[in-house]
Amino acid sequence: MQRFLLSRIAVLIPTFIGVSIVAFAFIRLLPGDPVQMLAGERVVSPERHAAIMHQLGFDRPLVMQYLSYLWGLLQGDFGTSIVTKRGVAGEFFTLFPATLELSLCAIVIAVALGVPAGVFAAVKRGSWFDQTVMGAALVGYSMPIFWWGLLLIILFSGVLQWTPVSGRISLLYYFPQATGFMLIDSLLSDQKGAFGSAVSHLILPSIVLATIPLAVIARQTRSAMLEVLGEDYVRTAKAKGLPRSRVVGVHALRNALIPVVTTIGLQVGVLMAGAILTESIFSWPGIGKWMVDSVFRRDYPVVQGGLLLIAMIIMFVNLAVDILYGVINPRVRAR
Amino acid sequence: MSHISAQEAEEGVGADGPDHRVKKSARRQMLEEFWFYFAENKGAVLGLVVFGLIVLTAIAAPLLAPHSPIATNNQAQLLPPVWQDGGSWNYILGTDAIGRDMLSRLLFGAQYSLFIGVIVVVVAVSVGIAVGLVAGYFGGWLDTVIMRVMDVILAFPSLLLALVLVAVLGPGLTNAMIAIALVLQPHFVRLTRASVMAEKRREYVTAAKVVGAGPLRLMVVTILPNCLGPLIVQATLSFSNAILDAAALGFLGMGAQPPTPEWGTMLAEAREFILRAWWVVTFPGLAILVTVLAINLVGDGLRDALDPKMKRS
Repeated sequence: MQRFLLSRIAVLIPTFIGVSIVAFAFIRLLPGDPVQMLAGERVVSPERHAAIMHQLGFDRPLVMQYLSYLWGLLQGDFGTSIVTKRGVAGEFFTLFPATLELSLCAIVIAVALGVPAGVFAAVKRGSWFDQTVMGAALVGYSMPIFWWGLLLIILFSGVLQWTPVSGRISLLYYFPQATGFMLIDSLLSDQKGAFGSAVSHLILPSIVLATIPLAVIARQTRSAMLEVLGEDYVRTAKAKGLPRSRVVGVHALRNALIPVVTTIGLQVGVLMAGAILTESIFSWPGIGKWMVDSVFRRDYPVVQGGLLLIAMIIMFVNLAVDILYGVINPRVRAR
Repeated sequence: MSHISAQEAEEGVGADGPDHRVKKSARRQMLEEFWFYFAENKGAVLGLVVFGLIVLTAIAAPLLAPHSPIATNNQAQLLPPVWQDGGSWNYILGTDAIGRDMLSRLLFGAQYSLFIGVIVVVVAVSVGIAVGLVAGYFGGWLDTVIMRVMDVILAFPSLLLALVLVAVLGPGLTNAMIAIALVLQPHFVRLTRASVMAEKRREYVTAAKVVGAGPLRLMVVTILPNCLGPLIVQATLSFSNAILDAAALGFLGMGAQPPTPEWGTMLAEAREFILRAWWVVTFPGLAILVTVLAINLVGDGLRDALDPKMKRS
């Protein structure tokens, strides 16, 4: 197990270096002069220009610049925002709970609906239920979620007036953000209606963000289940006279879930891409919206640092999934 | 059995000449087998028909569109569709905030989406196959370097990387297409490399080598045609992904720029009117969904027909 762990971690190192090179190269590839970018509209004299270039280290060879950038990263220095003058990593971790809360809700919805739907579709293969679920899954998989979000706003916020259009909680409520998770903080605040407000703000964005993972998980669960249901041990279990629910729920499902766990893990990248769109539509103050806003504000250090931090999170989640996969499926470890 | 496309397969049925009946070529038989499996999936056939209609719409857009897609009319702003109160037959699907005809913009939008899909897939597939062939055929350190680079590209969420690349290159449709092609091509590199590594030890490759074929001929003429099945399926999926991602970039304001009638860009322009004029939001998104759905249906059918492992699952 230890060797398995180490080998998985070792694979990450070249990828991390590559990812940091991409983030490093990003700022150098931008058209225009870096000092002028910092100065904005102000005029910079040639001497001052040279001095700032030296101060920022832009006059050194590229390799040295990269190494000092990497050294900074290892010490937790992800750059400073041009707009807010605050550290990028600090801003990232202030906003990250919002995205995490949204993503967790989305993945809970996707798994809670997707896995049972896939299982029943496989068990009732060819039935109207199977066809409906798979049809819906394909529609979900093909859905432009930015449009789906707008449609839900038209229906639930416009026509029915059930949910608010944007934000995380009504402005009526104010309380300290102890955990950064609005659902928990609103409960802790003891303010009447705060929790309900947080839920009503969270529900539409979660549904939108859950759509594609839900479709993928339902499809994957169905095909994994179909494969397992054809195995000899399932036939044996049936032949022993075990009730159908036990055969499907215990013997088949446990094995079918192994590839599904990987699929769920791989949805993290999908969730981060989805968060960019979902947060933009619902003005959700998370890192997806922060990245888009920074691109528009030309706050390039934020884009650079955010890109790297998001890639690192995805790498670590993938590593965790890999390890989990080894734990639940001993055949992988043996190899 | 895999070096065929859906269109070829379609031509394969129906036109059965007498000469062919006597001596069916192997290729023809493969096409028929392919069509047999493809046609078993009713959804795939439906998807193919819808996709065909969208292609026809795109080609005939200048003939079908009642108005210019960029002509504004300040007498007819935010006009509802014809079946609602205040709608007019002059603007069947209504008009947008500056009085442009929705129907005409949607029809011309089909041209953009298909164009984006085709160009992105062609670029991603050709670069991906070339790099994957080199990695799989030569192996060694070259392979290691190439695959690590692909891992790095895949470490980022594709839309985020595309967004950042467009920020570097500057917003616009061409740059959006370049960015999307770049983030999609690692899938082709991986697939090509995996099949090439499986195929290159097979006897027919050794035979070709003994006869004196050079590396280029071995890679492109001998090995590649036998790796095409999964690549065609992936290309179909990438086609729909490219359309979705380009629309998403357009929606974020980083793709095609106004007044281009690209569907995602249309949605971005319509956002502020969503609670007043449902049609400016509903139709462009519906167009994206139907197009992407049709392509994905075809993709599912192709997978059933081309991938022996997935057959009848």
